Amino acid sequence: MRFVKNRLRRTMLFIPGNNPSMMPDAHLYGADALMFDLEDSVKITEKDAARDLVHQALKTFNYGDVELVVRVNPLNTPHGKADVMSMIEAGVQVIRLPKTEHAGDVLEAEQWIDHCEEVLGIQKGSVGLMAAIESGQGILNVHAIATASKRLIGIAIGAEDFVTDLKTTRSPEGTELFTARSMIVFAARAAGISALDTVFSDVNDEEGFCAEVALIKQMGFDGKSVINPRQIAPVNQLYTPSPNEIEKAQAIIEAIREADEKGLGVVSLNGKMIDRPVVLRAQRVIALAIAAGVVENTVVFDNIGG
Amino acid sequence: MKATAIRTNKLMDSIEVAIERSGLTDGMTISFHHHFRNGDAIINQVMAVISQKGIKGLTIAASSLSDIHAPLIEYIDRGIVKRIETSGLRGELANSISNGLMEEPIVFRSHGNRAEAIASREIVIDVAFLGVPACDDMGNANGFNRDGDNSAACGSLGYAMVDAQYANYVVLLTQHIVTYPNTPCAIKQNQVDGIVKLDYIGDPKGISSGATRYSTNPKDIKIAKLACDVMLNAGLFEDGFSFQTGTGGASLAVTRFLKEHMDSKNIRASFALGGITSQIVKLHEAGYVKKLLDVQSFDLDAVKSIQENPYHQVVDAQYYATPAAMGGAVNRLDMVVLSALEVDVNFNVNVLTGSDGIIRGAVGGHPDTSASAQLSIIVVPLVRGRMPSILARVNTIVTSGDTVDVVVTDQGIAVNPQRPDLIARLANAGLPLCSIEELKERAESITGTPVAIQYTNRVVGVVKHRTGYTLDHIYQVKR
Amino acid sequence: MIICDAIAGTLESSDILIQIFCVEDEAGIEIHLESAVIYQFGEQIRKVILSELQAAGVKSAKVRAVDRGALDCTIIARMRTAISRASSIHNEQV
Repeated sequence: MRFVKNRLRRTMLFIPGNNPSMMPDAHLYGADALMFDLEDSVKITEKDAARDLVHQALKTFNYGDVELVVRVNPLNTPHGKADVMSMIEAGVQVIRLPKTEHAGDVLEAEQWIDHCEEVLGIQKGSVGLMAAIESGQGILNVHAIATASKRLIGIAIGAEDFVTDLKTTRSPEGTELFTARSMIVFAARAAGISALDTVFSDVNDEEGFCAEVALIKQMGFDGKSVINPRQIAPVNQLYTPSPNEIEKAQAIIEAIREADEKGLGVVSLNGKMIDRPVVLRAQRVIALAIAAGVVENTVVFDNIGG
Repeated sequence: MKATAIRTNKLMDSIEVAIERSGLTDGMTISFHHHFRNGDAIINQVMAVISQKGIKGLTIAASSLSDIHAPLIEYIDRGIVKRIETSGLRGELANSISNGLMEEPIVFRSHGNRAEAIASREIVIDVAFLGVPACDDMGNANGFNRDGDNSAACGSLGYAMVDAQYANYVVLLTQHIVTYPNTPCAIKQNQVDGIVKLDYIGDPKGISSGATRYSTNPKDIKIAKLACDVMLNAGLFEDGFSFQTGTGGASLAVTRFLKEHMDSKNIRASFALGGITSQIVKLHEAGYVKKLLDVQSFDLDAVKSIQENPYHQVVDAQYYATPAAMGGAVNRLDMVVLSALEVDVNFNVNVLTGSDGIIRGAVGGHPDTSASAQLSIIVVPLVRGRMPSILARVNTIVTSGDTVDVVVTDQGIAVNPQRPDLIARLANAGLPLCSIEELKERAESITGTPVAIQYTNRVVGVVKHRTGYTLDHIYQVKR
Repeated sequence: MIICDAIAGTLESSDILIQIFCVEDEAGIEIHLESAVIYQFGEQIRKVILSELQAAGVKSAKVRAVDRGALDCTIIARMRTAISRASSIHNEQV
């Protein structure tokens, strides 16, 4: 299997698919995932060129541990299926579907990926899926979409199309997105997958960007799509736990270890019993701290994203 | 009343008159400064008059030359200019010379080496033609005008000051003659023989051409952050430290990150040296850097600051960077961050010739600061377009590898194995260290291995080590 | 099989603009290359262009390439797009 269901996804860096200059260095800026785009950033007359370019980039560059995602054109366009086939052949880990409205869209993609894996002689189930929801219809079907395929690793909201569909515009406070964002997080948690927030397009408005990241982090999102490497550090920083949080989490992890050693079924710290949610939160804090490089990685977690 | 005959009159009507009075004849050496960089209007004006006067076989000893000096090609062709000594060469002139325009090779010198060669009379300047934005009628001159129109200001006159001190005959070409005495001043009256007022000496806009603005290029920013981490962990980041940053996106961006750490650790710098930029001026004005020693003002903010801030001081090139035993300010430098075109596995640095073998840069103070600072950091992107920056051998050695301590790229940091102490410190700080050979391999794994440039055996340039011996040769490219 | 002229790529930095021209059957392959790194990588760029033509079974064509510092993988991608466009009757570029 190429993809990892649960992993750290604080930042997913968007890379226009027909622009070769960003491709060799895209992984150098600390993004957890790279998302090569064959869809909206590519002119209709250059869809074939972008597909060929991203294909070669995926085959050529060593992107290290970064998760590799490609946003393909919708499968019902003349390019979607060719995109998926080409990307799977090139070694993509996750296919991101744009404009998902129904569980059927995911199922259709799943069938086509099944077919591609078979044709290419790749083990079935190797390639993951991500669904971007960009309409009211999609939000109302979000639970069905999120649970439509075992390949799904996450769902994302694409705000630009979504607010247009809602007949409104984006505001700094994000009032118009609040319900949709929450529903994305609910559905992601129900399905056990990642919830990813939309892009913030004004690269020069760092203050507005950070306010939005703080909001979506508090709402429960695992991370955010970013359009410029400059946006990576602020997200990672906001997702980095405070020393106090880390200290508490480490105490909890230590208590679990001690309980395990003594063969105790119940874990307690300072005389208080530790519930499962507390354990999970502590593990996530440590995972984020390790990812941010503020704690050394001495313990291996099997569920670092969740 | 005493006879007025003993009162000196240095004012001359024209460049032509100044040339006649100076006694300039065939085969002599003339000098120019490059404080206006690509906005310079002096060299072309003076050379046009010299060519009309039929003087031949001259040596030009300029502190540096730019794109704008392409008209020299014609004067070289006609035998008016026979030799050139300079720190740098760019544009069409550089291209023609790389392709064999001159019979005698160019001599490239660092700023410190040039100053010392002039001071020791290895270079004898017969006539110095020095553009100054303002001077009085005795020749007290500055790189700005305190008394009125200041549109032609260039800031420091650090390179010109050496020529003024040592040349046999000094002509100031000024845009403004101001009231005597124009003090405090950079060039002093007792060094000046003649003064010519010109309508136009240069365009300050040509000084920076945007080269000193903060980069938003993520690769530059990444390199700058890493370079800053090196500075913080090398054992020299303490109150009263001193530093210099060269031009180039990553090098300039270092100051921004440095400021954040100076804030958080409450550390202040005693001085910043060299080419001064607006970033350094801002740090100075905000109290982060106590004093600025300015041999060359790199942008208009620096030009402005040198007039307004009492501790923003003009220093001459000898003071700045002499390799002689008396010592230059570079000897008191803790850390320097320098850009590069190419670095090789022996840590040698090229800032002079492009990857195609054509001259397109300047030696500048690079070797002076690298050799003298306690910590010399080279910042360079691992790959530029298709060209790897870390090579088996640089096209031209400008700064020798034994003076370079650390090479910082966007894909790793290599410390000179001569510095085990530094390797230990930086490894301890968790910085991404690797060997310089690994950097070279990483670069080539992306770009492929370039074919070595073919040269003829004709030497077009000689690069002097800062102490005077020949460090490397530049050959004519074979096409 | 080249059945029409086609173009792929751009003149942006790190890219390469490939133009393929249809020629007579027995004309063979002709490559015109412009590049800022022609002395360091010219041969390598030609090699990549030629091997892509051969892999696609193209025996006769004229190729004009204007390189802006493209890496091999970009040259391969642009050649494949150009060849595919030049081989297609549904050429969107013409």
